[in-house]
Amino acid sequence: MSKNSQSVMDWIDARFPLTSSIKGHLTEYYAPKNFNFWYFFGSLALLVLVLQIVTGIFLVMHYKPDASLNAAGVPVAFASVEYIMRDVPGGWLIRYMHSTGASAFFIVVYLHMFRGLLYGSYRKPRELIWVFGTLIFLALMAEAFMGYLLPWGQMSFWGAQVIVNLFSAIPVIGPDLSVVIRGDFVVSDATLNRFFSFHVIAVPLILIGLVAAHIVALHEVGSNNPDGVEIKKKKDARGIPLDGIPFHPYYTVKDIVGVVGFLIVFSFIVFFAPEGGGYFLEFNNFIPADPLKTPPHIAPVWYFTPFYSILRAVTYPLFGIDAKFWGVVAMGAAVVIIAFLPWLDRSPVKSIRYKGGLFKIILAVFVISFFILGYLGVLPPTPGRTLVSQICSVIYFAFFLLMPVYSKMDKTKPVPERVS
Amino acid sequence: MSVDQKVDGSRRQLLLVTSAAGGVAAAAAAVPFVASLTPSERAKAAGAPVEVDIGKLAPGEMMTVEWRGKPVWIINRTKEMLDSLKKTEGEVSDPNSDKPMQPEYAKNETRSIKPEILVAVGICTHLGCSPSDKFKTGADSGIAADWPGGFLCPCHGSTFDMAGRVYKSKPAPDNLEIPPHKYLSDAKILIGEDGKA
Repeated sequence: MSKNSQSVMDWIDARFPLTSSIKGHLTEYYAPKNFNFWYFFGSLALLVLVLQIVTGIFLVMHYKPDASLNAAGVPVAFASVEYIMRDVPGGWLIRYMHSTGASAFFIVVYLHMFRGLLYGSYRKPRELIWVFGTLIFLALMAEAFMGYLLPWGQMSFWGAQVIVNLFSAIPVIGPDLSVVIRGDFVVSDATLNRFFSFHVIAVPLILIGLVAAHIVALHEVGSNNPDGVEIKKKKDARGIPLDGIPFHPYYTVKDIVGVVGFLIVFSFIVFFAPEGGGYFLEFNNFIPADPLKTPPHIAPVWYFTPFYSILRAVTYPLFGIDAKFWGVVAMGAAVVIIAFLPWLDRSPVKSIRYKGGLFKIILAVFVISFFILGYLGVLPPTPGRTLVSQICSVIYFAFFLLMPVYSKMDKTKPVPERVS
Repeated sequence: MSVDQKVDGSRRQLLLVTSAAGGVAAAAAAVPFVASLTPSERAKAAGAPVEVDIGKLAPGEMMTVEWRGKPVWIINRTKEMLDSLKKTEGEVSDPNSDKPMQPEYAKNETRSIKPEILVAVGICTHLGCSPSDKFKTGADSGIAADWPGGFLCPCHGSTFDMAGRVYKSKPAPDNLEIPPHKYLSDAKILIGEDGKA
């Protein structure tokens, strides 16, 4: 560094912790040297977050959250999305990046969560990272759900109608609560405007705060790795972990490779299959919202379907309260239970590399039933499918609730002293 | 804090009192924000009654009108449709309409004022989808071989009979809602007002 720029840095450092922050989080943040493929998805999630914020900012410049009908009899909100798609230069690309980005966000986040599951990244001392992560997942679901209302298509409208009505199943306060959420007795202009406000201001702020907390907590305790070995236990004379390498340049360069790979796949979808075969953007959503006519088949977007299946799987009333309420409870519990994983896992080892066959089989069954739930969630219900989704829902909860038992029974292998 | 450090009682008390007062002020300040989330005066006023001409509604036909943003169905039921209500009595969860899903004058076998004309809110009592009409009977309906005609909710498979009564062990807990309505003349219905409330 030249003498002049050094003095500029000194001036700043006397007033703001710039150099120490760069060191603490990048050049002298030591990450385990054995990160593999699965470790791309954290940085990719951050990339997609930035992508969504940037594309979102530009979409808001043309989008109008207005449910009233224009001169042509089309809702203004729906027409403004079509306007972005057809008349705004580059608008189609920005819109498709944003809508594909929503699905990409969930793909990346699901893989990121699965990585944590594989290598026990939620175990002590990383419990809070995991809890913040679960909250990010929750916030992301809220963000995606409210964003989906904005194009004001048939699926937007009826999806919101169904989900908001879930809250009316809560005894005593439910019906009033759903009116407060909608701001009207039906999904209407009031609902559209408040969802717009939440989608572009409130939830993104919460999301960014949670992501910051997630990363600060991570950098406090250091990253886990595929071996589940604490690299901070073996340090050299200068106090640097023997198996650690500085995040920058080693992992920034590695992550750029991940970014390039991701962008190739992402661009392919944006340019050639932005609707994702009806899974990323449902075909019914190209029809303007009609409060008088429900589409013959309502399915949520793919990333909600496993939880939607759990909701539908509950068909028995309990304690004199409708099945509908317990379905809502089961769906909520299915998300919240993820946060308790650090305290449910009693295995002596963190990583799947040193776990026994029992855990591997149970994890495989869990993943398969999660996929089945996701698949059933896009289909209309039949008695046979309901039975399958009930079995898979039981497996889903058993994976978590029985974990204290089977994780102790599992025959684990000895864990090496240092990463392999 | 070590044990021998003495807490200044009066300062601690002042701290508690000011914190409590601040908390009350914050809660009070939240009131207008929460209130703004509830339906506006305009939304509340939008519930004006709707006048419908049913003079051209032939037997077996159904029409949909909008009332308070919801679809309201008016169905001119045929004799076969009305007869089917006898058969479904044992299969529906609330055959006598004991739950308050209708005004008192529609708490009868056909859930209507005139036996053949059914006026119902076309919103499933499960999660608010609008069921589709499945008036075709039997195997043709795609539901069941002994389907007597009625409604099927596409979202979660709840079924209703020709009086909007929900079948047993379906996700929907209640019968379809019958809105307040009255006849202005033989062929004119006013939905949303019955002069009784």
